[in-house]
Amino acid sequence: MKIKFTLNKKKVTAEVESTERLIDLLRNKFQLMGTKEGCSIGECGACTILMDGKAVNSCLVLAEQIEGAEIITIEGIADGEQLHPIQENFIKAGAIQCGFCTPGMVVSSYELLNENPEPNEEEIKEAIAGNLCRCTGYKQIIDAVKISAEQLRDSK
Amino acid sequence: MKEKFNIVGKPVIRQDAFNKVTGQAKFADDYNYPNQLYAAMIRIPVSHAKIKSIDYTEAIESGLVAATCDSSDIPGAKKVGPIRKDQPVFCDEKVVTSGDVLAMLIGENEYELKQASKKVKVDFEELPILTDIEKAMDEDAQIIHPEFENNLIVHYPLRKGNIDKGFEESDHILEQTYTTPHIEHAYIEPEAVVAVPLEGNRGIKIIGSIQNPHTARKVVAAVLGLPLTKVRIIQAELGGSFGGKDDTMNILSARAAVAALKTKRPVKIHYSREESILESYKRHPYRLKYKVGFSKAGKLKAMKIDLLADGGGYSCMSPFVTWRSVVQATGPYEVENVWTDVRAVYTNNPYTGAFRGFGSPQPIFAQESLMDEIAEIAGISPIEIRKINGFQKGSVTASRQVLRDHEINLLKVVERAAEESNFLSEWNKNKKDQSNAPSFVDELNPIVKPEHFIHPSNNVKRGIGLATSFRGCSLGAEGVDAAAAYISVQTDGSIYLLSGLAENGQGLKTTFSIIAAEVLGISEDRIHYLEQDTGIIADSGPTVASRSTLMGGGAIKDAATIIKNRLNEVALKHFNITDYDVLVYRNNTISNTENNLKIEFSELCQLAFNSAVSLSAVGWYKGPNVGWDEETGQGDAYFTYVYGCQVADVSVDMSTGEVYINKIVAVHDPGTVINIMGALGQVYGGVTQGAGYGLWEAIESEKGMIKELNYDLYIIPTSKDIDKIEPIFIEGEDDHGAWGAKSLGEPTLELTSAALANAIKNATGKRLFNLPLNLEEVLLSKKLRPKDFVRESSK
Ligand code: FES
Ligand code: FES
Repeated sequence: MKIKFTLNKKKVTAEVESTERLIDLLRNKFQLMGTKEGCSIGECGACTILMDGKAVNSCLVLAEQIEGAEIITIEGIADGEQLHPIQENFIKAGAIQCGFCTPGMVVSSYELLNENPEPNEEEIKEAIAGNLCRCTGYKQIIDAVKISAEQLRDSK
Repeated sequence: MKEKFNIVGKPVIRQDAFNKVTGQAKFADDYNYPNQLYAAMIRIPVSHAKIKSIDYTEAIESGLVAATCDSSDIPGAKKVGPIRKDQPVFCDEKVVTSGDVLAMLIGENEYELKQASKKVKVDFEELPILTDIEKAMDEDAQIIHPEFENNLIVHYPLRKGNIDKGFEESDHILEQTYTTPHIEHAYIEPEAVVAVPLEGNRGIKIIGSIQNPHTARKVVAAVLGLPLTKVRIIQAELGGSFGGKDDTMNILSARAAVAALKTKRPVKIHYSREESILESYKRHPYRLKYKVGFSKAGKLKAMKIDLLADGGGYSCMSPFVTWRSVVQATGPYEVENVWTDVRAVYTNNPYTGAFRGFGSPQPIFAQESLMDEIAEIAGISPIEIRKINGFQKGSVTASRQVLRDHEINLLKVVERAAEESNFLSEWNKNKKDQSNAPSFVDELNPIVKPEHFIHPSNNVKRGIGLATSFRGCSLGAEGVDAAAAYISVQTDGSIYLLSGLAENGQGLKTTFSIIAAEVLGISEDRIHYLEQDTGIIADSGPTVASRSTLMGGGAIKDAATIIKNRLNEVALKHFNITDYDVLVYRNNTISNTENNLKIEFSELCQLAFNSAVSLSAVGWYKGPNVGWDEETGQGDAYFTYVYGCQVADVSVDMSTGEVYINKIVAVHDPGTVINIMGALGQVYGGVTQGAGYGLWEAIESEKGMIKELNYDLYIIPTSKDIDKIEPIFIEGEDDHGAWGAKSLGEPTLELTSAALANAIKNATGKRLFNLPLNLEEVLLSKKLRPKDFVRESSK
């Protein structure tokens, strides 16, 4: 079937199979390789994308479900070459090691700060609890989100 | 005094961070080639069987399969392995462990291939399954690899002093048994590799999630029967490894290569999480028996240690992993009389190999639990017992190595950790509180009775515990220990850099760039770190054993220094002076302040080029000599050691057995910290993995078949599980490698589980002997496990 949706702010259409997952559509048809697959069952969060502003696991969404939806992937978080503050702070805080969890982490953090501009530490931990990271022990990721929240607030 | 550094030790941003944070970093599965085929693995659902036949007819008739692939397609070696060549690339004669792959189907469409693979008919005969390591050496045990005479993979004895006399002279003798489970690396990126055949008989190019490209090259070349130069391995951005993407990846690379040469098309293998956990090797489970004799005052007199490691179906890295155990089994303590035996055996359990820590976390859990028990009997504190017995300058290790050529920081790290965590007063306070603790549910009759209901105010007990270790850096006497680095300076002052050791996600490229930049006095963003490619750089041994900063850093420093020496000559001529001691390399300029002379680094490079001075060099670093006597286990095992101490502060829920980690103080002595952000990341990450090992993680198997095949059942720490981690670095004046920078990655992990066990004891009064210390262990002191996995419970 043919679906229409918005992908990183551009209107697009795609021909999809009824069994096709969103993650495959993004990676294979749109070559958006930033969305990663770590478990395929909704446990690791490496495949997290934004669907109508909500962070969802793209391995659990069927492509045909996104008809009319607004999808943002990690490739759509930065404004051209201008990194989003969350991305900047991930880099500065040392929140990145192997980087495989990073796209999902950034997307989950992005959702958090959109919904709750003043999260406390517990709320940050909760927001990324569905994103597994085996390298960093999360500490520098949490710091990066904290600093981003402050900066975003100050810039308003 | 330490030299004043320009950028060493300062926060430097990772070179790969921009690509990683924008989703542009290319991991193995992100590579695709025109005309690419996929492979589906053929397995059977048993852990031990003789294969009688494989019938592909129906699968081929389905029209979905471009080719089949099994050992008949292998032109070279059919079996591989780092020491014993006991692991078949395709197991089409015999299956000995759950993940074994018999053959592959190759085709255009992955989904269809999976369907077709169900049509492959395998006729096999089940063999008796051996899962109990204690039975592996029995007379009547099933021999897993009949080409060897028994199931013993390796045995390391260590004999020092007179063990019987030592026990005779002891006032107390304590005997304990401990067990640790299989652990999954659980890197978030599953394995992936693409093999691309090169036209015109030029061999093959392989891109993959490969930890050690040079080892992979060796394996692939052997399997294909090609010279090393015809196999080119490129490491994709690696999504975590922790020791895990080595042997399994080498075999996957070989399988992809065989299929690619057969079909003359690129072939990709990428694993689902389930396949990854099913087939990849694990951390070794150990059964550890300790008998220790000591004086009234707590001075160690004799240690008899018997360690048994489960190698699973293949020998893999067992001989290396267990060697580290024999060196470090007594812990960082001086013991006059030692009798150690470490053995690894074959079973039909998942096979085991390298995993961050590498044969140290298991003995540390046992021996650091034991030290606290000894302290208790001697009536002294956990700190005191370590002070009485701990290594100092001139101490003699179990292998009779005299510790003197490096800083012996053991007592320093213990004191610092104790101070930072207010250890003694907390420990005493908790201990007093602990005696009021209500008893746990009856082990034999685990039914909750009214008296077990604890008043909520008394529900949570605090506990604090510590563990300490010494750790040999790099490979030690277990392997050839040298590393290469390549540097090429361009005429505009920008620099290509590459080391023979590989980035595993830990930030090695950044650390190495900092080292080269420091030597040449330039900013590190002038350095372009090249892609890891076996076609460019010399084999430097594996990136394991936390050796990259020490060995690779040493080679990078050497390479950069060669260049600097050549630039010195050019600068002297240019300045028309004779003494290069007066030249200062800093802020991208070379200057001589006395005479007010200076030149831009880039200008100097151009000048050097114009005067036909070579600006490329290969650096090399080789560690000092080490040695080992196989019969007696005596010798200078490693040329230098690091010391660490971690203190765990926990809250234990007395009604559920749940342990919450309030804080881990981690004190380590990595020599010189090159890259502070990376070093902190190593501690946070290593401690978190160590906490997973201590409290939650375990691969359980039934008849050798793994049950936890995905993250829904295999529980790794999330962002919510640990409150605080506090890293503290004690820097030193050692001079090996790059300004004395030593190991950090592994020490951070190896201590945590033991510190947790001691903290739980401090909270509950209960000593626990079997990892992980999960709810059932804390509450019932036993594991609710399937029958064939019965562990020896505490005594
Ligand atoms: S791949 Fe979707 S949650 Fe893991
Ligand atoms: S950085 Fe490696 S998994 Fe998070």
